[in-house]
Amino acid sequence: MRTFLLKGLFGRPLTEAAPKVDASELEELATLLGDTARRKLGRSLSIREVDAGSCNGCELEIHALNNAYYDLERFGLRFVASPRHADVLLVTGPVTRNMKEALERTYAATPAPKWVVAVGDCGVNCGVFKGSYAVAGSVADVIPVDVSIPGCPPEPTALLKGLIALIDANER
Amino acid sequence: MSLVSSLIEQAIHRTALRPWPGLAVDADTWRAATLGLGAGEVSLVALWAGDAGTVHMALRDPADGQSVVLSLATTDGTFPSVGLTHPPALRPERVIRELHGLVPEGCPDDRDWLDQGRWGVRHPLGAATAVAADGDAYAFRAAEGVPMHQIAVGPVHAGIIEPGHFRFTANGEHVVRLEERLGYVHKGVDSLLRGASIVDGARLAARVSGDSTVAYSIAYARAVEAALGLAIPERAVWLRALMAELERIANHLGDIGAICNDAAFAMMLAHCGVLREQVLRAAKATFGHRLMMDRVIPGGVAVDLTDAAPIRKLVAAIRSAFPALISLYDNSASLQNRTVSTGTLDAGLARQYAVGGPVGRASGLTFDARKAPGYAPYPDLVFNIPVRESGDVDGRVWIRIDEVNESLGLIDQILTRLPSGPIAVALPTASEPSEGVALAEAFRGDVMAWVKLGADGRLAAAHLRDASVFQWPLLEAVIENNIVADFPLCNKSFNCSYSGHDL
Ligand code: SF4
Repeated sequence: MRTFLLKGLFGRPLTEAAPKVDASELEELATLLGDTARRKLGRSLSIREVDAGSCNGCELEIHALNNAYYDLERFGLRFVASPRHADVLLVTGPVTRNMKEALERTYAATPAPKWVVAVGDCGVNCGVFKGSYAVAGSVADVIPVDVSIPGCPPEPTALLKGLIALIDANER
Repeated sequence: MSLVSSLIEQAIHRTALRPWPGLAVDADTWRAATLGLGAGEVSLVALWAGDAGTVHMALRDPADGQSVVLSLATTDGTFPSVGLTHPPALRPERVIRELHGLVPEGCPDDRDWLDQGRWGVRHPLGAATAVAADGDAYAFRAAEGVPMHQIAVGPVHAGIIEPGHFRFTANGEHVVRLEERLGYVHKGVDSLLRGASIVDGARLAARVSGDSTVAYSIAYARAVEAALGLAIPERAVWLRALMAELERIANHLGDIGAICNDAAFAMMLAHCGVLREQVLRAAKATFGHRLMMDRVIPGGVAVDLTDAAPIRKLVAAIRSAFPALISLYDNSASLQNRTVSTGTLDAGLARQYAVGGPVGRASGLTFDARKAPGYAPYPDLVFNIPVRESGDVDGRVWIRIDEVNESLGLIDQILTRLPSGPIAVALPTASEPSEGVALAEAFRGDVMAWVKLGADGRLAAAHLRDASVFQWPLLEAVIENNIVADFPLCNKSFNCSYSGHDL
């Protein structure tokens, strides 16, 4: 364990050691997002994720935003445990009929001003689950949506871009 | 003679099922099978309803792995309850009752399971009747005795996870009972599959549980190919396995990190997360999608491997970083203090539920669909199935660690021996009804796919069964006598799929 801690203290951060593929674009995006959030909200952005019926693929990519490559938290963007602490609801899945009320209640519990981001093809238009007796509709069919991030699932970079678009469009 | 062989021998009518024997049985034979299940002579693989009021039970001989599907055409809309003698069948038969309106006679649990009274329809796959969608009350089981309190959690949880409800009854810190309430992410997959084209069915199968998209696509494709009697190119078979092992490694790395994180050991999550991300990037670079969704299709695979370099680099990177992480896990007493002897799954219960994946193999079960029944190319490859006896969180972590190493070895072999040639064949147009079944080993256990094709080449009915179906009930058992604070750890160490369970 000591080796890991020492490496962590004195080694180069992983974010820089990351492969070059899209690392620069990523860095740019995340910095832009953090700055925009601070400029417009005057503080960091708190995000509450709600799975309203997803296949869990979207959750995997949202999770990835927290790994050392994307490391959202270094820009003041945090996932919070309660809708009462949130500025943004990140909603995935076709909204199932069994989750509709829970989503509505989560939305009601989020203090204004608040924004809703519909994530994934399912969140945007129900994806392959359209037309099922068990599906209530897209996220926008249930609560007001500010930004949509399509993709199945959207990649972490697409999620970052979507969050930037959200803040840009909603000056406080 | 084993029960499975004697059932096969005595069968009067065979169904069109391939490759396992499909037996059209009467209620008496069905009942005999339920008794065999209750006595532990045979394992339950799946229990579901197809079309036209037919219920199906897939069984496996625990000794030789021989599998069989019994099909019972209900005449009066009832069938003998399996759950009455074999509790693992309870939830599946509650699902049959609420979705199809077929009644398991004698079923000791008359509550709905996925149907929360919000669909606006009852028995959507049977004689559908419209009803008000204002929600049903659910009768949780009572826990009686000394003063106890209840804790209700979910469906919306604190983390980035899927929705479900947990009702704990606790005495102080100690959990006396946990009861799950699932069904929140039920999307009506069986109904969407009905009447779908084979291609649309593949897209649905790939989205039953996104973390296992490759495994689902393999199970579904193999079931369709079995039904059609279609042989696919060798190269496709091997590329499927390559994707499946990448998926297994990515998920196991995610799980190992997440379990340790739930024991407040965040460093492990950070390091495993980096490795996991590298797997996804290699997948994107080689197959064009981070989760490799829709890359396995009926008839073969959708993309060829043109450059194996990103995968070779990935394997080398994991090989160099992973051993230090393993010893970090092994040598951190504070972490072991949380995982060792926590959430212990009894070997007998594991056997009764024939539970697959790391959950089963950490409690002494040896089953892995890649070995028995086995499917190409695995019989040609050298690998071990790690098995442990401890049954605790620690055991489940170690199974995953060992499996990551095994999968790295498999990838080496696949890359070295990858046959050349085409990667897919066109699907023939079906001319007669057919039926196929297949298993694929996902990272969390075996996925079963069953398809029934009509003469028009579309799906007359289909069903996909996640390993979680038999894991969820056991999570209720392992938390008993643990403290509430250890639940996240137990839960993560199972990592059941909500979406795969709820369908
Ligand atoms: S958009 Fe795709 S990954 Fe996301 S929930 Fe829907 S099917 Fe799953």
